[in-house]
Amino acid sequence: MTPEQLTEVEMITVVIDGFEVTVPKGTLVIRAAEKLGIQIPRFCDHPLLSPAGACRQCLVDIEINGRAFPKPQASCTIPVENNMIVKTQLTSPVADKAQKGIMELLLINHPLDCPVCDKGGECPLQNQAMSNGRPESRYEGVKRTFDKPISISSQVLLDRERCVLCARCTRFSDEIAGDPFITLNERGALQQVGIYESDPFESYYSGNTVQICPVGALTGASYRFRARPFDLVSVDSACEHCASGCAMRTDIRRGKTLRRLAGEDASVNEEWNCDKGRWAFKYLSSRERVATPMIRGADGELHEASWPEAIAAAAAGLKGKRAGVLVGGRATLEDAYGYSKFARVALGTNDIDFRSRPHSAEETSFLASVAVNATTTYKDIDKADQVVLLGFEPEDESPIVFLRIFKQVKKRGLVVTSDAPFASRGSTKLKAKLITSISDVTGLTEKSVVIVGERLSETAGALSAAVELVNKSGAKLAWIPRRAGERGALEAGAIANLLPGGRPISETSARVDIQTAWSVPALPITPGRTTNEILEALNLVSDDVSALDAVVIGGLDPADISSQALSQLLNSFVVSLEISHSSVTAIADVVLPVAAVVEKSGTFLDWEGRSRAFDKGITDALTRSDVRILSMIADELGAPIELPTVSATRREIAAVGKWDGAKAEFTKITLTSKSPTGDKLNLSSWRQLLDLGSLQLGEANLAGTSRKAAAHISSSRAEKLGVTYGQEVRISSELGSIKLPVVISQMSDDTIWVPRNSQGSQVIASLGFVSGQVTVVKA
Amino acid sequence: MTKLSPVLSANWDEKDSFTIEGYKRHGGYKAAATALGMEPDAVIQMIKDSGLRGRGGAGFPTGSKWGFIPQGDNKDHYLVVNADESEPGTCKDMPLLLANPHVLVEGIIIASYAIRANHAFIYLRGEVVHVYRRLLQAIEDAYAAGHLGKNIGGKGFDLELTLHAGAGAYICGEETALLDSLEGFRGQPRLRPPFPAIAGLYAKPTVVNNVESIASVPAIINNGLEWFQAMGTEKSKGFTLYSLSGHVENPGQFEAPLGITLREILELSGGIRKGHQLKFWTPGGSSTPIFTAEHLDVPLDYEGVSAAGSMLGTKALQIFDETTCVVRAALRWSEFYKHESCGKCTPCREGTWWLVQMLHDLEAGKGTEADLEKLLDLCDNIAGRSFCALADGAVAPIISSLKYFRDEYLEHQRNGGCPFDPVASTNFAAVNS
Repeated sequence: MTPEQLTEVEMITVVIDGFEVTVPKGTLVIRAAEKLGIQIPRFCDHPLLSPAGACRQCLVDIEINGRAFPKPQASCTIPVENNMIVKTQLTSPVADKAQKGIMELLLINHPLDCPVCDKGGECPLQNQAMSNGRPESRYEGVKRTFDKPISISSQVLLDRERCVLCARCTRFSDEIAGDPFITLNERGALQQVGIYESDPFESYYSGNTVQICPVGALTGASYRFRARPFDLVSVDSACEHCASGCAMRTDIRRGKTLRRLAGEDASVNEEWNCDKGRWAFKYLSSRERVATPMIRGADGELHEASWPEAIAAAAAGLKGKRAGVLVGGRATLEDAYGYSKFARVALGTNDIDFRSRPHSAEETSFLASVAVNATTTYKDIDKADQVVLLGFEPEDESPIVFLRIFKQVKKRGLVVTSDAPFASRGSTKLKAKLITSISDVTGLTEKSVVIVGERLSETAGALSAAVELVNKSGAKLAWIPRRAGERGALEAGAIANLLPGGRPISETSARVDIQTAWSVPALPITPGRTTNEILEALNLVSDDVSALDAVVIGGLDPADISSQALSQLLNSFVVSLEISHSSVTAIADVVLPVAAVVEKSGTFLDWEGRSRAFDKGITDALTRSDVRILSMIADELGAPIELPTVSATRREIAAVGKWDGAKAEFTKITLTSKSPTGDKLNLSSWRQLLDLGSLQLGEANLAGTSRKAAAHISSSRAEKLGVTYGQEVRISSELGSIKLPVVISQMSDDTIWVPRNSQGSQVIASLGFVSGQVTVVKA
Repeated sequence: MTKLSPVLSANWDEKDSFTIEGYKRHGGYKAAATALGMEPDAVIQMIKDSGLRGRGGAGFPTGSKWGFIPQGDNKDHYLVVNADESEPGTCKDMPLLLANPHVLVEGIIIASYAIRANHAFIYLRGEVVHVYRRLLQAIEDAYAAGHLGKNIGGKGFDLELTLHAGAGAYICGEETALLDSLEGFRGQPRLRPPFPAIAGLYAKPTVVNNVESIASVPAIINNGLEWFQAMGTEKSKGFTLYSLSGHVENPGQFEAPLGITLREILELSGGIRKGHQLKFWTPGGSSTPIFTAEHLDVPLDYEGVSAAGSMLGTKALQIFDETTCVVRAALRWSEFYKHESCGKCTPCREGTWWLVQMLHDLEAGKGTEADLEKLLDLCDNIAGRSFCALADGAVAPIISSLKYFRDEYLEHQRNGGCPFDPVASTNFAAVNS
């Protein structure tokens, strides 16, 4: 906030329990008291939800201008006023008795099952009953009972007996997530949280209701009965699932992750996260985890090996070979920096790319010229007069970005424009205006934010058109990739045309910077290649001058890149750094197990470029971060990169700093719109938040709330095909086909949308591409 | 001796009192024509000057309420008539609407004109289907006669009137819960501020008035301030409907100037049922602390009842004679409030649940004298702690019955059960004896 804005806010001074406190106008009494360190007990109050005044636990005595309210007031609903005197339970016997009375009432129907309740030990009801309740209840009557628990989705269970009806969950779902799938129904003591008859609580954000429930009424199916809070060690961490950058809390018991919660960061995720971030962590303890280094023997099978053996084998296979590096999109900044330095110093190549997804040369140029070191932030969304979404579906691809946009839509009717082919659930909630061409975007100002997703690179010329749009209007541009590691990898130079800190490899002074920092005589200057080009080079016969002989692969799935990517690896020496067995480890010559997020320290850069550093959660983990392993291989190769630890890498990244020179010129290309030929349709797709992503493996409760795969077509196309809602169509390319039920949407007749990687709809593997023309017939 | 002053009920004995012809025969819709010839602000001022106070229970000055609507704000304004009469003992609005629905329609026209509302709503209690039909017919007839719709009486004023039937929840008589319900949500009270005058129905400036308040307006316009102010007391002007029920010879509606006493009403109506004596009574429905025979001469106006420790409320005079067990009466009322608690706030939801169980035990003669202190303390933890006034009403009969009949509670404990014959208090007991 600028000083001018600060002065605009009127400040109010109130006296609470004899102490003066000055707070901005509009502050609620309960929060003014917090500023003084006076804790007024509460249940329904939540700083990010609208006041409810329902639980009545926070009653205090209030007097304004010498006139006292005749009865205690709920401090969570009353804003401060000048000349207000507040007496909380600490100084007013009336308020104290009122609070004790409410607490006694809250407990009369509350079951005494604390010893088996997940919330026991971290329960606001338990804690506040101790601090603000009577020692013993005078209630001798019959308690209200319900069947318990009932599942309101595959991942959330509801125990209505424990519920204190604070309406935090229903307000969250309605106000924050825009998913009013749960409501309060019935009345009196029978009032209860409920779902609609046939619609479960399938919100991408449902886990937050479990977290903010002040009692044990809402519990997560995956954590239920797993642990006692006092046996857990909580560590701050960052989310590895997407580029939103959520602060997280990871709860660990004896080396095992049992629970993950949204952490607090007012400028990023506030106090929320998505269900994937919360519940998709079973991959950590999957049976598929690679436990030891492995070397492929003469028998063609992988055999367990010691670390020195495996490192030696990897180095031997890479020594003197023409090798490339594929980083994957999930590396931490430090690991990506390690890959970047390893490629340049140990392998002497610029053939490195972090993109394990469809990409283009236009995007390579865009990343180095526009996206790197970009400074658009969440705050710009908060203040925007318009948000334009291009190749980006926030609810599916960056759910906290969605919440931030939704907050402004709800609060002040922020205008949202999207190039999505149809109004998804997310677009509908954002009341997005759909456009069919980037040239249809209007009304951009310097306060507008144009968000570009990674999928925009799939349409040739679209990134160029977006850049043009921004340059003309002065709007802010944000590049929001899907994966958590991409922004960090870009900044670390894990791409052909950049060195760390966003230094253009074509700039001599940029190279000199890095040569000096790394104490190396020279850096490779041959232009590097993209992921696809590297894969093609690996497949060339070895006497071809462009051929590559070997490749170092971080965590990636070839099926995310193209249908032939895996087969392109078959004839080369492959070193795989992986957490779990995969299609890559199955063909790799050397497999080196690496640490997953909770087992290492590191940093993700979220889409803003904001640092999301985290420490090791499982302190005695035996796994190692990628950078440590790369450093060992480099030593063995005789070309050390001297990054023995994550902290050493952090120090070096800080010392290297950011490029302050000019960015490379963006090579624009012209946007050409393709009309489908003949009877074919344009295929459009994106990944849904909950799908077959490898980090979601093993979490059936989470998968149970994923949106059912369906193909979206227009009503007239459905008529032409002779199908109605729910009937199946077959979508085919030359490579193969998928069969999906249809949903009729308002969209172009020439387009069909399918989920990219959902059950029954794996587009790259089945059709061989993500954007192209497909034949659609009634199945 | 105060006399009855039938105004709203003047023609209830005529066969066609509910028809538009019957209404017009006695000068119906003249007041609307007069008001539409005045400046809207002059109408508000006139109602302010009259001293008319809300007849729904709280007694808030009606004209002031109209004056709170911001004018010239370029927003739609709404008038909502609260016809969700559901307080135990209160039975004035339903007979009024059954016998004279047009007086409400005319009042609505005048009030809407005054506050510049072009759409008015009547929120009617859902169970009274017979009233719903009659009101619907009245509205249809008023439209046909040009009293509603576009350009009413050629004065350029448009008014749509919508009749909405509730779903039978007592809480929807609370004005903000009523607005939620009218908007299609579950009826639960809203946080105030903002008050309905600023953000009411669909977040637009809204006046919510009781049926009787609005129905009293045409008579004031027709007869003038002096006529109206000649009735009633200093701060409680005019006439009103007193609903007499219970152990009396002639239950029914008695329209009289404010300030009449129960003794006078009983004399006018034929008294307590033969052979019995007054034991206790409510001045304004079950939510108001009970009175006893010592309060027979309390003037039944807002100040008089309040000074005697209760509230005028809806002027529902429920009369109980000596055959009635006060513990049983308090239990029955408590069961009503438990059933009707909306569940939003803790003290009401949990408190009424507990009160019923305690009163059940007390009526069954269980417990000790200490339990009476516990009951009072529980009432103290409920009263004034809840989100809306429902819970205050729920404890009112309990606290007041303990105040006047503490020994009767103890008698239950000494007796090991209720000392009363429950049949003796019934209507059929009187027939049989």
